[in-house]
Amino acid sequence: MVKTLAALLAGLVFGAGLGLGGMTDPAVVLGFLDVFGDWNAQLVFVVGSAVVTTAIGYRWVLRRPKPLFDVAFQLPSSRALDARLISGAAIFGIGWGIAGYCPGPLLASLSGGATSTWLLLMAMLAGWWLTAYLLPVPRAWPVPAPKTTSMHQAKPPATSGSRKTASPVRHL
Amino acid sequence: MNLYLLSAIGGVMIGVSTVWLMATLGRVAGISGIVGNLLIGRSHDRAWRIAFVVGLVVGPVLLVLIRGDSGIGAPVASWPWMLGAGLLVGVGTRLSNGCTSGHGVCGLARLSPRSLLATGTFIVSAVATTYVLRHLAGGVTW
Repeated sequence: MVKTLAALLAGLVFGAGLGLGGMTDPAVVLGFLDVFGDWNAQLVFVVGSAVVTTAIGYRWVLRRPKPLFDVAFQLPSSRALDARLISGAAIFGIGWGIAGYCPGPLLASLSGGATSTWLLLMAMLAGWWLTAYLLPVPRAWPVPAPKTTSMHQAKPPATSGSRKTASPVRHL
Repeated sequence: MNLYLLSAIGGVMIGVSTVWLMATLGRVAGISGIVGNLLIGRSHDRAWRIAFVVGLVVGPVLLVLIRGDSGIGAPVASWPWMLGAGLLVGVGTRLSNGCTSGHGVCGLARLSPRSLLATGTFIVSAVATTYVLRHLAGGVTW
């Protein structure tokens, strides 16, 4: 229950922050991306202050042994700089550059009622689902739980993803 | 209030909520991961994800109550472009395991090499796309 409330609060502040910063206005976002046109620098201020705040906060929080309401911190462990990462980022960038929406601002914009935002959401869900099932992360076994002493301390093969959940589809 | 100041405040709020999520639940505030794994994956993990998404959606509504403006702007692209954009965002964020919040905020804050590469790549890609569409192809309103 307390985890749910904590997550709700995080979402509320995040969503409000996006709205206040202009990120739920695709004209503002596209204005930033339109470097060669009438440039809008708002996104720089949003992301800049977000990154600085997070960097300072993470340094402090991650010194603790564990989070308040869970057993361990779950940080991405993959270090792979591979084709999957680069191609994925490039593809995401194209989508972002077309409509000016990425997942967070899109969700935060839904209450505005524009039908096409719901269409974009459906398409995004379809994209996630298709990719998860057609292009799953190759993985031989799930990431072991933290701080366990198991007899078989085998290292999993280097993978290109960092999902903490076991892939629902085995890569053949 | 100055637009850039508002933007900076919004960014601080995003940062605070991100740090809060790490402090309480130990999770990176990467939206594509939080929502993507809500739909595809573990079922015991869902309550906090749903709560976070509800918060995201309702946040701007709170802004309306507080300052009379949600900050939500009308979509620029026509609906066929929105559909295509959505598909690409979905595929791309799943493949690269992150988006502007996951890689661009959380990853950069941690100086993650993967996130530095991903962020640089999607920014360049997005800028190039905007350039082509706006200055060469006549926009995305058709």
